[in-house]
Amino acid sequence: MSIRQQTDAFDQAPSTAGCRVPYRVFTDRQYYDREQENIFKGNCWSFVGLEAEVPQAGDFKSTFVGETPVILTRDSDGSLHVVVNRCAHRGALVCREMRGNRASLECVYHQWAYDLKGDLIGVPFRRGLKGQGGMPGDFDMSQHNLRQLRTETVGGLVFASFSETVESCRDFLGPIVVEQIERIMCKPITVLGDQRQRIRGNWKLYAENTRDPYHASLLHLFHNTFGLYRSTQTGEALMDANKRHSLLYSIAASNDDAADKQAYGDSRTFDTEFKLQDMSLLKGRQEFADNVTLVILAVYPNLVLQQIQNTLAVRQTVTYGPDEFELVWTHFGYQDDDAEMQAIRLKQANLIGPAGLISMEDGEAVEIVQDAIVGEASATSYIAMGGGRAEDADHLVTEGAIIGFWDNYREMVGFDLEPA
Amino acid sequence: MMGLPTLEQMQLQHAAAQVNALHAELIDDDRLEEWPDLFEENCRYSVISAENHNRSLNLAAVFCDSRGMLVDRIVSLRRANIFPAHSYRHILGPTRVKSTSGQIVTAQTNYVVLMTRNDGQTSIYNSGKYVDEIDVSGAAPRFLSKTAIFDTHLIDTMMVRPI
Ligand code: FES
Ligand SMILES: [Fe+2]
Repeated sequence: MSIRQQTDAFDQAPSTAGCRVPYRVFTDRQYYDREQENIFKGNCWSFVGLEAEVPQAGDFKSTFVGETPVILTRDSDGSLHVVVNRCAHRGALVCREMRGNRASLECVYHQWAYDLKGDLIGVPFRRGLKGQGGMPGDFDMSQHNLRQLRTETVGGLVFASFSETVESCRDFLGPIVVEQIERIMCKPITVLGDQRQRIRGNWKLYAENTRDPYHASLLHLFHNTFGLYRSTQTGEALMDANKRHSLLYSIAASNDDAADKQAYGDSRTFDTEFKLQDMSLLKGRQEFADNVTLVILAVYPNLVLQQIQNTLAVRQTVTYGPDEFELVWTHFGYQDDDAEMQAIRLKQANLIGPAGLISMEDGEAVEIVQDAIVGEASATSYIAMGGGRAEDADHLVTEGAIIGFWDNYREMVGFDLEPA
Repeated sequence: MMGLPTLEQMQLQHAAAQVNALHAELIDDDRLEEWPDLFEENCRYSVISAENHNRSLNLAAVFCDSRGMLVDRIVSLRRANIFPAHSYRHILGPTRVKSTSGQIVTAQTNYVVLMTRNDGQTSIYNSGKYVDEIDVSGAAPRFLSKTAIFDTHLIDTMMVRPI
């Protein structure tokens, strides 16, 4: 292979700007293991659920932080707790259901029982049976609780952290993220349901994808195909001060066909040969006074909060390994939605998720990268649209937030591991 | 009452099974343009996880409430959506008529959808049951509603074809 063909190789003359990410970070188990330690169990806050998923005392939900199984519970006093779903005795899953309601958590193996905070409250035959057996005399129940994570909520979103030293969740998120969460979570919500998809690719390819406004009109052709493209919309790509998180938003400004044509000419993404037979799919309401119709808030490391027209959802990433992750979508509306508004949300749900007309391609985008980089030890990607720096943009022709993600990743995990 | 079915019951059962078989055939043979014709103009078609359905949550992966929306899905699949090349193979269980009311038959059918991708491997993509309302008043039976309630709540990458 000639050097010229190796456009993605390390030894290519470096450009002054632009970000190069070695493909092995997506395939090599060593990176995956270090991510679990340094990110998911490290100085980060991970999203674990919505308060509305566990509204009543005793409600619980099984989920994951990275790959680690955890349980989100609501105690009798209303407080929320996140514990590792692993018995302090010999490591069995304490909670084997996806969700439910219980007064306490009991491991089925030897029935060790924990309260909803994760404190050990019962050990069968602790003092033996008829004078035989029993735990050692110095056995101290308080030393055998479930591993308890720090738990904080912001606007009804529940986050958990393994770290005792990480800043508060609000500080970790930063004002831009907190403001967006509180904007969407502005009143009590109702969960509409979940959608789950398994994607055969590395979770960071999805972190890139959700920080990437560049692909939106190029990969996702639904709007263009049906002549619904709004190229005149304005938008911005912003980051928090640490550039961990990314906010992409746009405002539907006009729907001017002539302006669209001028902007896009005869590019493959503009074609109005087809019209929707049933336009009710796109029927919606202007819900927010700011006219913002699209928010993709990518929160490091495992959350996306979205508003796409009237669809509101959180997407949680659960890692399975270097080349597989699950994406859990939880859709919601507001408790004060009238029947029509609820119907709008359920119909617009056709647009997003694994069967989403405007965004189903994202799973495929992840997989075609994963398929192409298999076994690659040295080549890198090249990320430079918009200038090649982790900078905010007052437009959407940028990859700046992706570079922000990688700057943080480099700090927490590094690119330095030798190929396995 | 478990007596032998009447001739009319057998005819209805046969009609319900036939329209389900044709539904599967059109999808599996990629004759998707013909698929919406199996539905009434004012139909409902939804594909929803048992995980949601069993909690009385209405969020579906696919939810259409007109034949036009079915057509739009197919045009989108053909012209707009980008997805891994794949085909489906439906394996249907026996169709059972649950009730009839006038010319509307309510029937239930178990199904498995196998998916074959470009690499030649076939996997179980989706399993569940159809709950259908079938209008048998016309020349050919048509779905007034079809709900695919699927057990496989972890969707493999994406869902672009009808189930
Ligand atoms: S492993 Fe849980 S009680 Fe023994
Ligand atoms: Fe996308």
